[in-house]
Parts: sequence; C-alpha cells; structure tokens
Amino acid sequence: MTASVVTVTSGKGGVGKTTSVANIAVGLASQGQRVVCIDGDIGLRNLDVVLGLENRIVYDLVDVVEGRCRLRQAMIRDKRLPELYLIPAAQTRDKSAVSPSDMVHLCDELRQECDWILIDSPAGIERGFRNSIAAADKVLVMTNPEVSAVRDADRVIGILDAEEKGPASLIINRIKPAMVKRGDMLSVEDVLDLLAIQLIGIVPEDENVIVASNRGTPMAFDDKSRAGQAFQNIAKRLLGEEVPFLDVENQGFFQRIFSGRK
Amino acid sequence: MLKETTTIQIKGIREGLLVSFGDEDWDILTSALINQINERPNFYQSARIVLDAGSHTLGVNELVSLRDVLSEHGITLWAVLSNSSTTEQTAQNLGLATRISKPKSINDEEPVDRISDEKALWIQHTLRSGTRIEFPGNVIVFGDVNPGAEVMAGGSVLVWGRLRGLVHAGANGNEEAVVGALEFSPMQLRIAGKIAVSPKKNAKGKLEIAKLVDGNLIAEPWKSG
Repeated sequence: MTASVVTVTSGKGGVGKTTSVANIAVGLASQGQRVVCIDGDIGLRNLDVVLGLENRIVYDLVDVVEGRCRLRQAMIRDKRLPELYLIPAAQTRDKSAVSPSDMVHLCDELRQECDWILIDSPAGIERGFRNSIAAADKVLVMTNPEVSAVRDADRVIGILDAEEKGPASLIINRIKPAMVKRGDMLSVEDVLDLLAIQLIGIVPEDENVIVASNRGTPMAFDDKSRAGQAFQNIAKRLLGEEVPFLDVENQGFFQRIFSGRK
Repeated sequence: MLKETTTIQIKGIREGLLVSFGDEDWDILTSALINQINERPNFYQSARIVLDAGSHTLGVNELVSLRDVLSEHGITLWAVLSNSSTTEQTAQNLGLATRISKPKSINDEEPVDRISDEKALWIQHTLRSGTRIEFPGNVIVFGDVNPGAEVMAGGSVLVWGRLRGLVHAGANGNEEAVVGALEFSPMQLRIAGKIAVSPKKNAKGKLEIAKLVDGNLIAEPWKSG
C-alpha cells in the first residue's frame, strides 16, 4: 500500500476544513482504509478536539520533526475504528516550527504504512498553508456559498495552479437549500461558474456539526445526519465510486455524477 | 553594507537586502547564497530579500524551491527583479513583486501617449483572484478576469471572456487606450488617470468597449465599423 496524501485547504477561515478532514477520515476508515490524519494548524490546533482525542495527546507533530519522539509515538489510534490515526499539531508553538521539507519527509516515511494521509491545512496562504500542501498528491479546496469564501478559494486555486499542485477539487460546504431557492445564497452553479474546477462534494448546513464537535464524535458516524452522509459520499468518491450529488433544490439526489479518482 | 563573493552580491537597501546574481549556473549561485546565510544565521534571521536574477530564465520549480529554502532559514523572498520576461511572469504567478519602489533605471521609462507597436501580451487562461499582470503595451486575455485579479497595461486591454476584476488601461498616461470585454462587468475600471465603478453591481456584463471621451469614462455596446 502506498498512501495518497490529500490536503484540505480553503484560504478563508471557518469554512469547515477541520470538520471535513475528521469526517472524511471516518468515512474512509469505515470502508476499511488505513488513514492517518495530520493537523497542520500549529498553534491553533483543532483536529484533536473534533475527533475527541485531545486528552490522549502525548507527542505531537513538532516533537516528531524536532526528533524528540519516533513518528509512531505521535500517532494516536482512534478506539472507535480499527485503522484511524491522528498526528496532532503542537499548541504551544507556531507555524515556523515546521517547514515544507519536514512535511515531505514525514509523509514519505508514512506512505508505506497506510492508504491515506489527510492533512488539515490552516487558513491563510502563508507558512502553515505551504507546509500543508508541500507533500500533497491531491488538494481539496473547500468553500462556502458566500462571496468572501469564494474569492479566497479562487486565490488559493490560482496559487495551486501556479505552483503546479493542481488541479484541485472543490467541496462546497454549509449550503442552505431554502436560502438558495429564495435567491439569498449563491447556488452550486454560481460557485462553479467562478471557480471552474471539478466538484467532489456538496455538504448542507447542519447544526449537528456544533453538537458533534463539542462531543468529539464526527457526524459521519451517524447515518441519519445529512452532512455526515455527504462527507461519507466524498470518501466514497475518493475511493473511485460514482455517487450522485445531493440535490440542493429539491432535497433529493440528482444525476450529476462525479467521475472518480484519476 | 556590501558583502561580495565571486558570484553573488548582497547589499542593504531600504526594502531589505538586495541579492544580485551573476551569470553563473543557478545551482552554484543558490549554494553560495545558502553558505553566506549559514555563516551568519542571526544576521539573516527575519531578513526580507529582493533577488536580482539578472538574465536567468527561471521556472516555477527553481523559484519555489529557493523561496522554501530561504523560508526555512527564517528569510522571506518577496521580490524578484529580472531581465527575462519568463522569470518575471513566473515571479508574478507566484505572487512575488517584480518591481521595488525606485524604478530600476530612469532610461527604462516608457514615453507617455505612445501606443506600443510591439507584440501585445497574449494571456491564454483565466486570471484568478490575486493575479496581477503588468505590461507596457496592449494586453489580450483569452479567458476571464475574475474579481480580485488585476491587469495594468500601458496600452489597451481586451478580454475575450468575462471581465469582473480590475483593469487599468493606459496606465502610463495614455488616454487613447480602451478596454473591451465579451461580458463587461469590471469591479473597477481605470483609463489613464480616471477611475470608475460599474453602475450596476453584479449585473451580467454585455459586449462593451470603454474609453475616455472628453475626460469621462464611457462604456458603450460594441458596434462594428
């Protein structure tokens, strides 16, 4: 097994990157894949909280990079799924503690040991972002159907193209069908019109995200959660399955098929 | 402060440190620079560097890896000066500045009101947010200009696509310059010294050409002839 390294980034903060990394990881691991998540947000770590693993942190990414522990010692195994691991970020340092080449070396070491390495990028386009995309085979850009988020996503996609890290795929998160219908929110078409990259997921707004985050139980564990379902679908699409997208207007499914992993 | 080796020069300027490369092999130059930095790491910590790459033709990989290596030493590469248009384009694509506040040489200034009869700059892709294009002559974009993208041209600008970003035509003072687009809906439009915003925000653009008429910016539907 040689892992694929997938980074989720956005430019804009607060669009749902950490939530999506946690849920996509659960989705993949539920399908029998061996997944290692890495939190790239050094200094403002959140992935550990969302996964419910924060009280089990002994070593973190910076400890690995600075040689105070072996890579395996920093990997926290999730007790709910057999093959889901987290390498948390450090909270008491900042993004200068890790460099792009550190991330490349770390991922090279991990590649033979798992199927997927998911990296949660911080917001912004500076050092933390650079660290998080350095080792990526594939980048997922996340946005909300909202003008500021789309502007930032456009910028990030441009940077990824310029640095030959593209083509990226798009996740549109926190869409509210009723608002789109009233014309108060950008539609999927509006967003794709500007960003013009392949869509890999549409995730509806779901207040259970907050509950799940507080409990440390990602929604992908809950079959009744629509957002959880959407994240499970993204995991399936990463595995090459064709899954119809959520039909935002009619709350059903329509036949825009995503044509799988290349 | 002037520090010189046989291949690179490092000089303090107002905007940081100016590192000038000669014509030697790129790898030799970058190794020499890293050696300099390793000799006095504290001096270079948090430095901001302007690289004068001379006539070197640089692609994405070379500039990205230099920027990353410098970043590991706590140094920010923020601008690249170059005689090569390829290098300049690469630097712009990576979000690096290609000019510093003082013009490189007074003799390089373009005469005002001359529409350049050199080849126009042809850009065959959509300009995404954050992209900045600067060119002394005419510019043709075969794609969209997204909100947040900027085109600054000495001459005219034609967008064969949707214009939704910022365009400054006649940026050197040329009032004959025009701006046209298949769907004309700029965030902000400038011709020579005049600035205007679109009358209707977020309206779908039409096929229009904008020009300066009696000192006013006018956009009108394109009619042939």
